[in-house]
Amino acid sequence: MSKKEKNFSRRDFLKTSGVAAGALVGGGIIGGLIASNTGTETASPGTAPATHGESGSAGGVRGLMFFKNDAEFQILSQATERIFPEDDLGPGAIGLGVPYFIDQQLAGAYGENSKEYMQGPFFEGETTQGYQSRLKRNEMFRQGLQIMQQEAQKRFKANFADLEGGQMDEILTAFQEDQIQMQGVSSLFFFRLLRSATLEGAYADPIYGGNQNMDGWKMKGFPGHQAAYISQIDNEEFQEIDPKSLGQSH
Amino acid sequence: MVTTLDKVDVVTVGVGWTGGIIAAECAKEGMKVVGLERGRERGTSDFAIVHDEYRYAIRYELMQDLSRETVSFRNNRKQRALPMRQMGSFLLGEGLGGSGTHWNGQNWRFLPYDFEIKTMTEQKYGANKLPAEYTIQDWGITYDELEPYFDRFEKTAGISGEDTNPFWGKRSAEYATQPMKKTPILQKFETASKNLGYSPFMMPSANLSEAYENPDGAKINACQYCGFCERFGCEYGAKSSPEITVVPTAKNTGNYEIKFNANVVEVMKQGDKVTGVRYFDTVSFEEFIQPAEVVVLTSYMMNNAKLLMVSKIGEQYDPETGRGTLGRNYAYQILPGASGFFDEKMNVFMGAGALGMTVDDFNGDNFDHADLDFIHGASLSITQTGNRPIQTNPVPPDTPSWGAEFKKASIENYPRTLNVGGQGASMPHRENYMALDGTYKDIYGVPLLQLTYNFTDQDRALHAYLTEKAAGIMQEMGAKTVVGGSPISDYDIVPYQTTHNTGGTVMGSDPAISVVNNYLQHWDAENLFVVGAGNFAHNGGYNPTGTVGALAYRCAEGIINYSKNGGSLV
Ligand SMILES: Cc1cc2nc3c(=O)[nH]c(=O)nc-3n(C[C@H](O)[C@H](O)[C@H](O)COP(=O)(O)OP(=O)(O)OC[C@H]3O[C@@H](n4cnc5c(N)ncnc54)[C@H](O)[C@@H]3O)c2cc1C
Ligand code: SF4
Repeated sequence: MSKKEKNFSRRDFLKTSGVAAGALVGGGIIGGLIASNTGTETASPGTAPATHGESGSAGGVRGLMFFKNDAEFQILSQATERIFPEDDLGPGAIGLGVPYFIDQQLAGAYGENSKEYMQGPFFEGETTQGYQSRLKRNEMFRQGLQIMQQEAQKRFKANFADLEGGQMDEILTAFQEDQIQMQGVSSLFFFRLLRSATLEGAYADPIYGGNQNMDGWKMKGFPGHQAAYISQIDNEEFQEIDPKSLGQSH
Repeated sequence: MVTTLDKVDVVTVGVGWTGGIIAAECAKEGMKVVGLERGRERGTSDFAIVHDEYRYAIRYELMQDLSRETVSFRNNRKQRALPMRQMGSFLLGEGLGGSGTHWNGQNWRFLPYDFEIKTMTEQKYGANKLPAEYTIQDWGITYDELEPYFDRFEKTAGISGEDTNPFWGKRSAEYATQPMKKTPILQKFETASKNLGYSPFMMPSANLSEAYENPDGAKINACQYCGFCERFGCEYGAKSSPEITVVPTAKNTGNYEIKFNANVVEVMKQGDKVTGVRYFDTVSFEEFIQPAEVVVLTSYMMNNAKLLMVSKIGEQYDPETGRGTLGRNYAYQILPGASGFFDEKMNVFMGAGALGMTVDDFNGDNFDHADLDFIHGASLSITQTGNRPIQTNPVPPDTPSWGAEFKKASIENYPRTLNVGGQGASMPHRENYMALDGTYKDIYGVPLLQLTYNFTDQDRALHAYLTEKAAGIMQEMGAKTVVGGSPISDYDIVPYQTTHNTGGTVMGSDPAISVVNNYLQHWDAENLFVVGAGNFAHNGGYNPTGTVGALAYRCAEGIINYSKNGGSLV
């Protein structure tokens, strides 16, 4: 979208929202507008719009925050790639940075279950009662990846990350069908967690380290963070809109 | 050590829609009101970077911190209740505005039939239409009596809508603002349902179609159809929420103070009156007592029931004997519906929380149930709320849930899939109820609230019937593949369904089967009021908040009368 069009849509917004320019109505609307709507217009000179082809996180480097060795990380990478593979539509999990996304998540509140109720006693429960493990998510991942590796050795006498795609799928399917013995969690539960985390990494805003270059959104036709659709929502035709991230690259 | 604070006229526990409405009305009358809210202050200026599906919709940024407190759950009395460790089926609110900050804004009035469901069902179908274990009862108030309060709430919130639905109750006034835009997706539904002889109309919406000033002088802006509405706060101040309407109204009087990080753990009672509440400062863990002339529980229906239980006010319901009223008639909702896969791409990522069209032809008693083995029904709607990519991965039947085929199909169908969804009414059942948990506690040492809940035969029959109707509309809309929702079996607390939990502190005219009277005044303590969807004697075929808001205005009137005259209001 050219700069001119952006300016236009901003004026359009002000008109349609019934707000006189410069007015503050209903609490903070202009503040919201400046911070969320305009991106390049109000950013200080020299800042570029978010993510245009550069890879990696802020500072241009990437590293592991949760996993401690590359072998573990490679298992995670290959497993997520099987769940969301590269194809003619575009990159898969690895190309989107999903393994890094998951690594970062496991090192933080998500991995540490900091908003979950984790008091005992723990009992297995019915499936309708949901998460009943004493394990935190990052412990489940660590164990799950270890067992994937063990299964690879047992079934194919090779490292998981070196298996053929079909062989990896066989192991993942065994997890999904709850045929793998895990401790403190069922393999199906772990599989679902891995699958959701993969999709989250593919489609979350790139500020989280996945969905690199917004390619997840581009494949799906999702424009990410747009201020408003009030001037387009009446259109019959599908609107192709360049996606935008909440982030800014510096 | 407990610090006792100065006495106030009114204390509310929680500051969402109900707490905000009570505060605004009482403060305008000159009463000194304190709101105790366990969460933090927040508002429009905090939502500038809110278009973040992962943080807000997936990781529940604005919602209750379960590490502090949750509920426990089992499907039936034979099971061991276990804590809901992770949020799923419903999303509990926390912080200024409560769930009213991140709701969709689909704003309904329950049907006249709902308020007199027992009488009307018996008149038409006889006393044995439903087996006796369904504890349906009238609400102790009629639609006509509640109409002025509905009107009041809708004017406060500036609801956008059109009065063309032949099935709902008579309205005393037009909607405050015009209906929202009838987008091409909505038009598909409109045409199809008209072809089938139904009566589609624009869903009443708290995402306002135009800028609006409410009778209290609060300003609400026009919705920008940003597509990040449900589970998000509105960065435009365009979604009617407590923090942009009733809370500033209350504050402007100079008679209102909110204390944040204040988690109430007990209602203090002496004789047949309450004297105030005890709370923890969640930061310092200091304990305080806030004395008050009137205590109002506005902490969502679950916490309202829990506080009464831990404070031993009223008689706990016992499913064995059928005695007791507190915790009785817990109900939920069922979600019949159908997905349709289309050839053409549609702008599904655009939208607003309450942008939709609805038919009520199969809601309430709007259709004949003589030959059906259930009562009530569901509103059937199409909504265009903004489909976001993490949560929306539609695939036709028999597609694997991961891998190459899944990726292709979910990307292909993302802009080509629509849903017609129903909100199915849920009838109370003897075995569905709330109590205190005997094992699990919150971080303040108070037992968790325990839910015992399962779907019933009535629910299953209703679900099957309405799913077929939804599929019929979808077929007529021209979907190349129509997939109806699978039949329901046991209630599962894991996937999100709705935050439309009801019952437990039911209103009524008979203290033997209700907790509060029709001013929401407690039968056992005349200066204690309990407000929320907990007052519903059953759950209807719509979202609850329009009706909750009306009840809150009714309650405020009761409190004001009580403060002048004392005694029972009925
Ligand atoms: C995602 C979502 C979408 C929804 N969409 C719709 C919709 O479209 N239409 C509709 O009608 N309804 C909708 N709802 C439901 C609607 O939000 C609720 O009905 C409504 O907000 C309830 O208001 P309330 O005041 O009863 O409770 P809440 O909004 O939950 O407020 C209760 C407040 O009390 C506080 N509190 C609780 N316990 C304590 C305690 N012990 N001490 C101190 N404070 C406490 C909480 O922190 C909270 O802020 C939706 C809900 C959710 C979660
Ligand atoms: S859809 Fe409308 S009301 Fe909802 S958050 Fe966006 S602008 Fe606000």
